[in-house]
Amino acid sequence: MSALFKQHLIDPELCIRCHTCEDACTIGAITHDDVNVVVDAQKCNGCLDCIAPCPTGSIDNWRVVDQAYTLEEQLGWMELPEQQVFSAVEEQESSISEEEAGDEAIAALLAEAHSGAGGRVRAPESAAKPMVNLYSRKKPAKAVVQGNYRLTAEGEDTDIRHIILDLGGTYFPRLEGQSVGIIPPGVDADGQPHVPRLYSLSSPRDGERPGVNNLSLTVKREEQGLCSNYLCDLQRGEEVQVVGPFGSTFLMPEDPQARLVMICTGTGSAPFRAFTMHRQRTQPQAQDSMLLFFGARSPDSLPYFGPLKKVPDSFLHKHFAFSRMSDQPKAYVQDKLRESADLVANAMSDPHTYLYVCGLKVMEVGVEQALDDIARQHHLEWDTVRARMREEGRYHVETY
Amino acid sequence: MLDTMNVSYDTLIPNNVGLSNDRRVLKALEKWHPGYINWWKDLGPEGFQDSLVYLRTAVSVDPKGWAKFDHVRMPDYRWGILLAPQVEGRTIPCGEHYGEPVWQEVPGEYRALLRRLIVIQGDTEPASVEQQRHLGKTAPSLYDMRNLFQVNVEEGRHLWAMVYLLHKYFGTDGREEADDLLNRRSGSEDAPRLLGAFNEQTPDWLSFFMFTYFTDRDGKMQLESLAQSGFDPLSRTCRFMLTEEAHHMFVGETGVGRVIERTCQRMNEAGITDPTDINAVRELGVIDLPTIQKKANLHYTLSLDLFGAEVSTNAANSFNWGLKGRYREHKLEDDHQLKDATYPVLEFRDGQIERTDAPAISAINMRLRDDYSDDARGGVKRWNQILAKHNIDFELTLPHEGFNRQIGTFAGAPITPSGEVVTAEEWQKRRDEWLPNSADGDFVHSLMKPVWEPGKFADWIAPPKVGIDSQSGDFEYVKIHMA
Repeated sequence: MSALFKQHLIDPELCIRCHTCEDACTIGAITHDDVNVVVDAQKCNGCLDCIAPCPTGSIDNWRVVDQAYTLEEQLGWMELPEQQVFSAVEEQESSISEEEAGDEAIAALLAEAHSGAGGRVRAPESAAKPMVNLYSRKKPAKAVVQGNYRLTAEGEDTDIRHIILDLGGTYFPRLEGQSVGIIPPGVDADGQPHVPRLYSLSSPRDGERPGVNNLSLTVKREEQGLCSNYLCDLQRGEEVQVVGPFGSTFLMPEDPQARLVMICTGTGSAPFRAFTMHRQRTQPQAQDSMLLFFGARSPDSLPYFGPLKKVPDSFLHKHFAFSRMSDQPKAYVQDKLRESADLVANAMSDPHTYLYVCGLKVMEVGVEQALDDIARQHHLEWDTVRARMREEGRYHVETY
Repeated sequence: MLDTMNVSYDTLIPNNVGLSNDRRVLKALEKWHPGYINWWKDLGPEGFQDSLVYLRTAVSVDPKGWAKFDHVRMPDYRWGILLAPQVEGRTIPCGEHYGEPVWQEVPGEYRALLRRLIVIQGDTEPASVEQQRHLGKTAPSLYDMRNLFQVNVEEGRHLWAMVYLLHKYFGTDGREEADDLLNRRSGSEDAPRLLGAFNEQTPDWLSFFMFTYFTDRDGKMQLESLAQSGFDPLSRTCRFMLTEEAHHMFVGETGVGRVIERTCQRMNEAGITDPTDINAVRELGVIDLPTIQKKANLHYTLSLDLFGAEVSTNAANSFNWGLKGRYREHKLEDDHQLKDATYPVLEFRDGQIERTDAPAISAINMRLRDDYSDDARGGVKRWNQILAKHNIDFELTLPHEGFNRQIGTFAGAPITPSGEVVTAEEWQKRRDEWLPNSADGDFVHSLMKPVWEPGKFADWIAPPKVGIDSQSGDFEYVKIHMA
């Protein structure tokens, strides 16, 4: 049998056909006839944007299925079908939770991380369809630590690690740019299990090596950081509880013509590593279509500095900004953007350009200012350019 | 209580219209606000101004930000000014300006009509709050009481939305109109509300559910047509209001549905199979189905009157000038100008109901009314499903559009609910078969006893299938603190 998954459905007994959900759905996954309003399982990406506006609660219904109910079936319903019974083995294999649509706390975290885009963001039109919220706090997926490598030089203050988690036989579809949540063991001061912490995937959808069911995270050890210390101290073979995947907008376009401009600091490089690897696997011949602006204190504290240097500039055009070099003036990503003003302005005017910013919240202002200045010098208005890019799913910010 | 002297309006009024950078409008709203609060206290829900109500507040227009639930005192509710996001490159969807970029400012030549449309829409919002102000005291549950108050505060917010447009785009006349919205009173002899249905009483909870089902649905249709406006700020305002309006439809449809459900349950328990045995059903302490049908007849026909005359020059102008579109204009496939199109219109002439083809552009009201009727029929179908599920042999229907009308071609015409033309005498004689009479009103009124214990419901209405915001059955939706 095919894998089990959670299908989003509308309870026809509660729905009043106000079509508010239909208006809230930006990808046209909700449709109706005279009688029922229904969700197209082929289109729904589980972003949950339709949940809050529904006045009835009818929208928040889910069934675990091995084969999706078709639109025709749903349109004929007077009431929701009972949940089918699957054998315990099947359920365990798929480890799909039924009890919650998603985690509001995580949705709020992601919304906050994406707020720097300055408005409602959309996924790139050609992006693959993401699955979200497959594993919840109540039924997390289990992964086993396959490797834990320090990325920053020994002796550097900053301890950033590349952690590889083996998913074994667990079905955990994921895309570059999505995040997963890690639940640290133990309980909080109120005796409740800890809430998951979010980490961007730094591996592409098909694993560290093609076809291997594992994923990697880029984790910086934070002083007092409960989850980061837990992760950074993990030993090979230990078991980790993973929830997610999360995020349905910060994704990469599949369009081979797409140009990617990626701006990051520190662990913000995680999704861009995944983007780059996916492109290397799917379009190894691509030329001059990826630009990276990457800031860190020094080469020793820049995650993936070694591997990055090996990627030819014709494939990934790299601009490193170092702020703590004894022999150089301080440089930040915004300075590197300004140095490449012509290139950046050219990208801004290209309808195939997708711009991504990822890293600490503090970088937003400097990057925005630089983009604004560059636009002005080239007789463009950044606000307008940005609004259009955002509307077309070509501008993405994820900062924390 | 609000300290109107020291209010920080910038944070008090959640908005996405850049209010803090628009000193002129901010100042105008600051001036209008105390009058609004006074109006709310004088004519808003009576007796519950100090109660804590579990309300949904919109603080932004994105899906994550507009449904924040919390217990708040109604006078402290954050009435905001929220417009749906601007759609870049949006063009005028209908009429002679079809395809031109939408207006961000009021086009001078259409100023008067546009202001009129906004004032009429704005006037209905406080009117329904006034009509429903006594209902809290007889709420059949805290759940229903909360829903009533949610509807009320959102009608208040819709007033704010219209007042913002008047202040922002219509100068001195706009300000005067905004003040007048607080001066008219539902049912007042001297200064009544502008539309008839909004001067009627809402005497009991069945009327409230019928009102939110039928009359608020007219509001929904009007908002739908204004959401198509070429005047973009009006379109954006109405688009967001529609999201809230959906809750009002929900209260109406499920409210009537729960009344029917309870009646069916009690009839089956008592073994009553004849739904027309009114006395036997009433003795069970539930509302008999014929009375529910009569209430539906009344509220449906009052609401049909709100669409105005079937053939109307004003409506044609509104459409042709791009101020108001048809229902879901953007999804229709025609020239959007109705140059040569016709539309079938019913006419009452020489004691006969005739169907003629009128120029579609002048039959805009008729078309919207037809869309309304189709929409209203959907819920009636659901109600009939409840009856079928309980094996009760009764079918609710919507009466003929010529029945009991005061406005348009059928005004005063003696037409029965089934569409038969009878003599005026016969109509009068049979009136009580079709419309609620005072005895029906008295009976329904006799059931209106408050039930305020969390999780408990009056015996004439079934509990809802799910709670608001997925709250559990015994959730205290209103923490009553009588003023």
